Amino acid sequence: MDFFRQHILTIVAFWPLAGMIILLFFPKENKTLIRTWANLVIFSGFVVSLPLWFWFDRNASDQMQFVENVPWVQTIGANYHVGIDGISLLLIMLTTLLGPLAVLSSWSSIENRVKEYYVFMLMLQVGMLGVFISLDFFLFYVFWEVMLVPMYFLIGVWGGPRKLYAGIKFFLYTLVGSVLMLLGILALYFIYPTIAAQHPEIAAQFAQTTNAAGHTFDVLAFHAIGPYLADNFQYWIFLAFFVGFAIKVPMFPFHTWLPDAHVEAPTAGSVILAGVLLKMGTYGFLRFSLPILPHGTTHFVPLMITLSIIGIVYGALVAMMQPDMKKLVAYSSVSHMGFVMLGMFALNPNGLNGSIIQQINHGISTGALFLIVGMIYERRHTREIAQFGGISNVMPVFAIVFLIMTMSSIGLPLLNGFIGEFTIMMGALQENIWWAVFAGSGIVLGAAYMLWLYQRTMLGKVENPANEKLLDINARELVTIVPLIIMAFWIGLYPAPFFRVLDKPVNKIVAQVRGQDFFQGAPKLNAETGAPR
Amino acid sequence: MPQFFQMQDLGAIVPELELAVFGMFLLIFDLVVEDKKKLGLIALLGIAFSGFFLFRLRGVEFSAYGGVLSLDPFSIFFKLIFLVAAALSIAISLKYLDIERENHGEYYALILFATMGMMFMAGAVDLVTLYIGLETMAISTYILVGFLRSNQRSNEASLKYFLLGAFSSGILLYGMSLLYGISGSTRFVDIAETLSRRPPHDAISLMAMITLSAGLFFKIAAVPFHQWSPDAYEGAPTSITAFMSVAVKAASFAMMLRIFMVAIYPLRMEWVAVMSAVSIMTMTVGNIAAITQSNIKRMLAYSSISHAGYILIGFIAGNDTGLTAVALYLLIYTFTNIGAWAVIVALRRRDVIGEHIDDMAGLFFRHPTAAVLMLIFLLSLAGIPPTAGFIGKYFLFAAAIETGHNVLAVIAVLNAAISLYFYFRIVVSMFMRDATEKTGLTLAPGLNIALGVAFVFTMVIGIYPDPFIALAKNARIFGF
Repeated sequence: MDFFRQHILTIVAFWPLAGMIILLFFPKENKTLIRTWANLVIFSGFVVSLPLWFWFDRNASDQMQFVENVPWVQTIGANYHVGIDGISLLLIMLTTLLGPLAVLSSWSSIENRVKEYYVFMLMLQVGMLGVFISLDFFLFYVFWEVMLVPMYFLIGVWGGPRKLYAGIKFFLYTLVGSVLMLLGILALYFIYPTIAAQHPEIAAQFAQTTNAAGHTFDVLAFHAIGPYLADNFQYWIFLAFFVGFAIKVPMFPFHTWLPDAHVEAPTAGSVILAGVLLKMGTYGFLRFSLPILPHGTTHFVPLMITLSIIGIVYGALVAMMQPDMKKLVAYSSVSHMGFVMLGMFALNPNGLNGSIIQQINHGISTGALFLIVGMIYERRHTREIAQFGGISNVMPVFAIVFLIMTMSSIGLPLLNGFIGEFTIMMGALQENIWWAVFAGSGIVLGAAYMLWLYQRTMLGKVENPANEKLLDINARELVTIVPLIIMAFWIGLYPAPFFRVLDKPVNKIVAQVRGQDFFQGAPKLNAETGAPR
Repeated sequence: MPQFFQMQDLGAIVPELELAVFGMFLLIFDLVVEDKKKLGLIALLGIAFSGFFLFRLRGVEFSAYGGVLSLDPFSIFFKLIFLVAAALSIAISLKYLDIERENHGEYYALILFATMGMMFMAGAVDLVTLYIGLETMAISTYILVGFLRSNQRSNEASLKYFLLGAFSSGILLYGMSLLYGISGSTRFVDIAETLSRRPPHDAISLMAMITLSAGLFFKIAAVPFHQWSPDAYEGAPTSITAFMSVAVKAASFAMMLRIFMVAIYPLRMEWVAVMSAVSIMTMTVGNIAAITQSNIKRMLAYSSISHAGYILIGFIAGNDTGLTAVALYLLIYTFTNIGAWAVIVALRRRDVIGEHIDDMAGLFFRHPTAAVLMLIFLLSLAGIPPTAGFIGKYFLFAAAIETGHNVLAVIAVLNAAISLYFYFRIVVSMFMRDATEKTGLTLAPGLNIALGVAFVFTMVIGIYPDPFIALAKNARIFGF
């Protein structure tokens, strides 16, 4: 048990890999066996990750816990350093929860090349978990890139008609961002010894992680030198990171890969893409850009807020006009992620708390919406809104599920979306009333497109004869969606456990970005220059 | 001045001598041995012996033959690369030559002679020795490129390669003669010493530097001196293309390192400017030209051009990281690239040429292992972790950032992203298109072994690179 406790993060992250390697030896004809095994592996992966939630020390949620730190590539100062704080804890739980649901949802929708499909799903899970536990930039980068390949294949092999285009677009877009981010990482890596030499206490603290020349990839070491980096240097590095992370989020104007990828990807791919992959971008901002580059962050607040607001409004407007359900949900993602970024760059505790909660919410509600669209697609092989109407008459249970998730997505009180949006709005209001006004218009538009979608597809009479004989949601599908409904209500009714793990790490980030005295005087960000007044 | 010849000097070239002896014996055996594959095995044995003697020389630093040949960690590292490349190339040739109906003993002998020439190139610290090594390698390679006698493309490639190779050697010689003219010596250290005493912007030194660089850029197929390489790579027997793309390239880079980092190092300011432009052009043109190719051999030829562009970054950085990067990249590139070529060799059968990108279609359904290995090699070429290619690119980019060549670094990483696009055209063909032929594919044992070795090293260097980094770091030590 002790061994398990000390290495829990490694075990959680590489559990799907072990399952995947065993899966490679299964005969590819026996589809049922392969499906059963993959579900078993990924569900047990969730069970294995549960102790994290219970063992996590909430009184020290801003400290890295379950840490493992062993040398890896010593010649360059890269270590296998993993650990989680409250922020990563939530994202890991989200990943291990969505993984099994996505895998289960593909039981009947994936019929050809079943073995490879599950191999790639499991590989993807490893990459995502790895990103959230890495505390070493080199390790982080490896996981960050590793997950591109399985995602590419999921879109490219099992996707829709334009799958090849969508797949390579996703891959290239992300790759361009991440290689530029790599250059940013390298610049930090090479400046570290200089800064550490001026601050012996930092050098001493991280001496274990460096190579012979004093270089390190340790993220915590970079956190420590963050405040001492020259402003100009911070601006450049912020931009390098910005490209990498903003493409992943995606922020306007880097969002164009997202609708293509979502529309073409198989349902499970979309669920994972929206639910977890996009969070890697926001997580990157939270874990790296904000704490390491405080001045860069404050300097670029106006840009970030502007892009976020454009994303919110633009995403919502475009979503409204979509004739394809999946594309509509995809554009709603752009809008919701705009909210997440707005909250984050309000740079106060409310904004950041809301931003992280909203990331989880987005994973839950958008993940669920993609599952819902997938269910209806599996029955009708079309996602065109005009083909539907009155579905609630033939699929009543499905209609209820869809309704709950619609409400969750538009932020109805009692459901999760409300908590996130409300907290973000509070954070935005504290800084600048106009930010909140624009964001508020996004909420209104969000309600409009989602309710309109629901009305057009579910309400009224069944007019298309093809829809008359649709079967209602079955037990397996219910199993994939009920956990998400429970989560939606849990966060909506009793979000305290989530805020509890977030409060401290969020305050720590705010203190790092805006200085410790923020909590005494609470200076606002100047909307024009972004610098603290 | 040390004595011109001592007995211990012979010890310094035992690995080379041994290859020469085996090569000559092969020529004789060829007359009596019917099964030519046995000759291939004998050649492998020769390489193994050579490797063994090389291993015994490890750690030795010693200047032989009155200071024209140097035995140092640098040369031993590169000789190791040549031997590995030669062995893997022979392993993938065994069955392939049968298919091409050109299984002659001379083939293996020529590979050994070429390898011997390369080993002299890596050790040479003197213009004349260097040139003799270069020509030994080049002449053997010209013949090997034209080895498919009845194949028009092969003949054309050989002639083209020979003409342009001779032409570039001429330019190279011209530069060398200028250097000899100003310094009165053919030894690199003497040349460097003379150059450092010349006034800045000295016309003759610059002229020498430029002609020398042009000749060397020809050899590594850097833009704008690259036109010969796609034709030569396409026409040559595929196993020889593999050999050229790694061993010949590595040897040319070894020669370049000695010349740029020792002989004309005093002109560093000047050649860095030239090389930066060449590096950027080479990466970009190589990658963009590769996008439009539908013949895989040509595509990989252009990819090979672009890789030369990346490697030049190491020269431009010129510091420890940069030199480590060059050595490490060449080592990694050897395994990865031979692996990729081996898969293409596997596609060749009696009636199938197997070079068009459509010949790859559905490879996954015909031979899943080969397709997955090819995927890994292509990811490595594109520099995606956790493959070895990422470690190589990481060091090159790191060197550029460390020395403040930020623009170069940005162009390089964007190029790496472009390259993924055409590598993935092959992936799409392999995994996402239906097989045009339904028949399965069987791989000859030699191919299996070569693929296995390439795969293991591509992954091991990617996941646990430490020992290999240490090896490459050590290789930046030049003895004089």
